[in-house]
Amino acid sequence: MIEFRMPSLGADMEGGTLVEWLVKPGDAVKRGDVVAVVETQKGAIEIEIFNTGVVSELVVPVGQQVPIGTLLARVDSAMRAAAARPATPPASPVKPPQPVIPPAPIAPPPAVIAPPPVTQAAPVAPPSGAAPSRQPVSPAARRLAAERGVDLQQLTGTGPGGAITLADVEAAQAKQPPAEVTRRRTGFDPAAMRQAIGAAMSRSKREIPHYYVTQTVEISAALRRLEQMNSERPPPRRVLPAAMFLRAIALALAKTPELNGFWEDGRFRPGDGLHIGWAIALRGGGLLAPAIRDAGLRTLDELMAAMRDLVQRARASGLRGSELSDPTVTVTSLGDRGAESVLPIIYPPQVAMIGVGRIVTRPWVVDGAIGPRPVVTMTLAGDHRASDGHRGGILLAEIDRLLQEAETL
Amino acid sequence: MNATEAKRLVFDVLSGIAPEADLEALRGKAQLRDELDLDSMDFLNFIAGLHEQTGIDIPEAEYPKLFTLDGAVGWLSR
Repeated sequence: MIEFRMPSLGADMEGGTLVEWLVKPGDAVKRGDVVAVVETQKGAIEIEIFNTGVVSELVVPVGQQVPIGTLLARVDSAMRAAAARPATPPASPVKPPQPVIPPAPIAPPPAVIAPPPVTQAAPVAPPSGAAPSRQPVSPAARRLAAERGVDLQQLTGTGPGGAITLADVEAAQAKQPPAEVTRRRTGFDPAAMRQAIGAAMSRSKREIPHYYVTQTVEISAALRRLEQMNSERPPPRRVLPAAMFLRAIALALAKTPELNGFWEDGRFRPGDGLHIGWAIALRGGGLLAPAIRDAGLRTLDELMAAMRDLVQRARASGLRGSELSDPTVTVTSLGDRGAESVLPIIYPPQVAMIGVGRIVTRPWVVDGAIGPRPVVTMTLAGDHRASDGHRGGILLAEIDRLLQEAETL
Repeated sequence: MNATEAKRLVFDVLSGIAPEADLEALRGKAQLRDELDLDSMDFLNFIAGLHEQTGIDIPEAEYPKLFTLDGAVGWLSR
C-alpha cells in the first residue's frame, strides 16, 4: 500500500486546499500522472503521483484544506495490483472500488479548517492581473467560488459597485445542480502569494549567511549571434538574450556543483541533477520560480521553448507540483525593462541564486581604446555555509567566458 | 490592412497578453511596454502574435517602431 501525501512545493508552503481529484478509486495510475489539483498560495497547482498502482481510496475530500504531509489517498502498489487483476474475476478483484468519497467534484467542505481569515464584508477587490473576469470580486467570494467550482463569469454582483460577494457565490451555488458544478481554475490570490514570498524570504534572511559577487559581462558576441540567428527565423521561433544567459549559466553551474543543491540538517546536499528555477513575475504581482529540469543538457532553442512554456503556464495556473519543488538553484533575469543589477535573496533550502540585470550600453575598454559596448551585470548570491566567494567568482568568470564564445552556445 | 483593422489586430493580440488591461484607454503615443507592463517575453509574444495572424514578418530591427500604439498601427498599415 502506498500513501499519497500532500507534497511540499517549496519552503514557503504550509498546505493547500484540495480542489479537484482527477482519479477515483479503481483507477490505474503511473508515475508522473497528475492526480489532483491543489489550490496553494502559489495558485492552483497540478499534483503528480510518483508511484505506479491502482487508487484504492481517496482520503481527503474536495474542498478540504490540509497541511503538508497529510494523507490524501491510498494506492495499491503496482505489483499487488498486477497480481490482483488477473486473479479469478468474481472472487475478489483489486478491491471493490467503493467510492469512499464520491468522485464528483462537490463534497461540501467540512468545516475542519475554518475558511481562511478573509474579511467577510470584503472590500471591492481591484481587478487583479489574474482575474478571469472584469467584474470586481471580493477575495472571500473568489476563494469560495474556487472551492466550490462556481464560475464567476456567470454571476451578477450585488455588492458595492456591482462586486460579486460571498453571498452571491453561495446563492449561485445553491441554484446550480451539483452534477454540473465544475471547478474552474482561478488565478492566484496576490495577498496569499505575498505572504508566501514574505515567509520564504524572511527565513532566507534569518538563516542564510549570504555573500555576493558581481561581474559585468560584455555581451556583443552573444547579441551578434542572436541577431544573426533571429534574422533567419519567424518571430515565434526567435530566441531572447535571457535564453542565452541561461544557457551559459547552466553550463557554468554544471562545473560548480557546490553551488547546485540544498543546505539541509546542517550540511550540503548536492542537487539531484541541475534543475534551474526560472523566476517569473506574475501579472498583478507575485513571483514563481518553476524548474527547467536538466537545464545543462538543453540546447539554446530547448531552453527558450522551456522558458516560454513555463511563463505561459505560470500565468495560467497550470504548473505542476514537481516543477515547484524540483529547482536546485534559481536564476532571475530582469529583462529589458528591469534594473541594471539585482542582489538576489536565496530561496531556501537552495544555496545559490544568480541574478542578471538589464542589458545596457556602457563605455568599455578593448585593446586600450574606449568604445560603447552592450553589457550586463551578473550577480551570484551564495550561501556561505556551503561555499565561498572564491567559488562564486569562478562561476561568474566561466559564464563570462562562455558568453564570449557565444557561437558555441 | 487599413489603420482600423491594424488597431483591432493590435488590441486583439494585446488582450491575450495583458487580459486585465483597458486597451481603449491607451494613449497612442504611450509606450506599450510601460503602460501594459510587458516584459521581454511578452513583447516577443506580441510580435509573434501579429506575425501569426497576418503572416507579416517583423524583423527585430523594426521592433522599436512598434513600441507605441500609434507606431504599431502605423507600421502594420503602412
